[in-house]
Amino acid sequence: MYGMTEIDNKPQRGADGSASAVSVRGLVKHYGETKALDGVDVDVREGTVLGVLGPNGAGKTTLVRCLSTLITPDSGTAFVAGYDVLRQPRQLRRVIGLTGQYASVDEKLTGWDNLYMIGRLLDLPRKEARSRANGLLERFSLTEAARRPAKTYSGGMRRRLDLAASMIGSPAVLFLDEPTTGLDPRTRNEVWDEVKRMVGDGVTVLLTTQYMEEAEQLASELTVVDRGKVIANGGIEELKAKVGGRTLRIRPADPAQLRPTATALDDAGLTGLATTTVDTESGTVLVPILSDEQLTAVVGTLTSRGITLSDIATELPSLDEVFLSLTGHKTSETQDAVSTEFKEVAA
Amino acid sequence: MSAGTVTAPSAPPTQHHPVDKSAADTRIGLRAHVRHTGALVRRNLLWIKQDMESMFDAVLMPIVFTLLFVYVFGGSVGQALGGGREEYVQYVIPGLMAMMGMNMAMGVGTGFNQDFQTGVMDRFRSLPIGRSSVMIAKIVVELMRMLVATAILLVVALIIGFSVESVPGLIASIGLAMAFGVGLMWIFLTMGVVMKSAQAIQGMGFLVLMPLQFGSSIFAPTKSMPGWLQAFTDYNPLSSLADAARGLMNGNAPVAHDVWVTLIWSVVLTGLMAPIAIHKFRTKT
Repeated sequence: MYGMTEIDNKPQRGADGSASAVSVRGLVKHYGETKALDGVDVDVREGTVLGVLGPNGAGKTTLVRCLSTLITPDSGTAFVAGYDVLRQPRQLRRVIGLTGQYASVDEKLTGWDNLYMIGRLLDLPRKEARSRANGLLERFSLTEAARRPAKTYSGGMRRRLDLAASMIGSPAVLFLDEPTTGLDPRTRNEVWDEVKRMVGDGVTVLLTTQYMEEAEQLASELTVVDRGKVIANGGIEELKAKVGGRTLRIRPADPAQLRPTATALDDAGLTGLATTTVDTESGTVLVPILSDEQLTAVVGTLTSRGITLSDIATELPSLDEVFLSLTGHKTSETQDAVSTEFKEVAA
Repeated sequence: MSAGTVTAPSAPPTQHHPVDKSAADTRIGLRAHVRHTGALVRRNLLWIKQDMESMFDAVLMPIVFTLLFVYVFGGSVGQALGGGREEYVQYVIPGLMAMMGMNMAMGVGTGFNQDFQTGVMDRFRSLPIGRSSVMIAKIVVELMRMLVATAILLVVALIIGFSVESVPGLIASIGLAMAFGVGLMWIFLTMGVVMKSAQAIQGMGFLVLMPLQFGSSIFAPTKSMPGWLQAFTDYNPLSSLADAARGLMNGNAPVAHDVWVTLIWSVVLTGLMAPIAIHKFRTKT
């Protein structure tokens, strides 16, 4: 198929022996004093979605740019679909798709012309490039806008065109760099649906995001990065448990019951790692919980105290909360180093 | 074999990898190169179609320059040439034609630089295409624009009384101007990759091109210039280009030396700057 002769690119194996579509070891990329990547290990199992979660400046984009051969790492190894990022960039480019943080489409060209051009650049014969462009426009609901310049597209349409462009070569591995940053919630859902469909087709995806919710929606596994280092790794559920699971947002029917509600729960020892928080502004009590049993017990306790609830909702921890519990510092803080004990928490 | 079978995903129905035999080679074949360049030329032509204003320079510059020089300086310089305005028309038109590539070359640099401001360059660089295709496509389109500009210049020239003494000479001088233009375009493409903004390239371009253009035999004979300036103009490749074009079109002077000098300059510029431009493009972060 790929006719590899000079370099033996045997598939990388993950810890559990399954094939890794992306395998990164000790990747380093410095920009002067800034350590954008400071020894990063990442594995994406074939056919799965890995979410790389981290705040701005964590090194997420640098990682994607290294893996898609746009920049050369200073040291470390990286294999994508079995190809060495450093030594086999041309073969590698043939099997990847890239959707950048900023839509990488030609704004002056129409949607159709964008896709046709990329088809031709991927060596599709004219006829096939044409039908592929038509098919993908149809699939990403862009047929009506096909003949309009991309600059007239809405943010969501542009991202969809970008995703379509990444799919022209039927890539084995897809890199999505913050695919929904800057989109409104409705459009975000649209893009999520498209990504889910692509994953359904068997594509391996490495997705970077700043949103826990996005990772929860799309990824099965998560790598949390901060300042060029991996600070946590594992399944979504596993990590959620580690950072304190979910948060219950409880609204007593009578606002005067806010404090008594919080006190009752604290007294009953029903909260997870942290204590309850009273949010007077919204008239709710926030209760961190670790399990479904705790949720049930919370409701039971409040019922027995005769407190009537008008609303109860579960929320995922925000990126900030994840960070706070993994690293002990907030995402926006600029500390000098992540202390090693937090890595142990993550390990 | 192992790589493909183990790591390729279960291909979705009705889709397949666009991997053909030629793709197995790590190098990009000539035919693929031509195909990629063609697709990118098409892209750049669609840009022009989208934004016709971008052709203003190619359309208006030859008209403005010709009228300006012929009617402002033509009378007096023509007298010095031992004739009048008609004499100057025969003198300056080949020079202007030679010059068409110059200002176009600057446009290549700024346009290429602007490409980097958009995400599409990342897309190109993540595709299995030669990095040089992106640059060669720019040059091809710019040469097309240059031909348009040259055609317009020729029409204006004919209207104001220019007479082509030798058609093969005309064609040869257009070819010469294009060859030299390509050499200059590689310089500006390098600047397009290396320099931060399109404005900087434009500023730098004017700073270099203005003295080169006016310190040459394009607009006026160098005989009346002071000795130090003549020393400069004699080695200025634009003088050689303009003299060669003049001799070829008017068929009244030996041109072999100037043609050779221009060709050597063109080849050296391209041979030197193209690898640098491609290398800078490849390693740009």
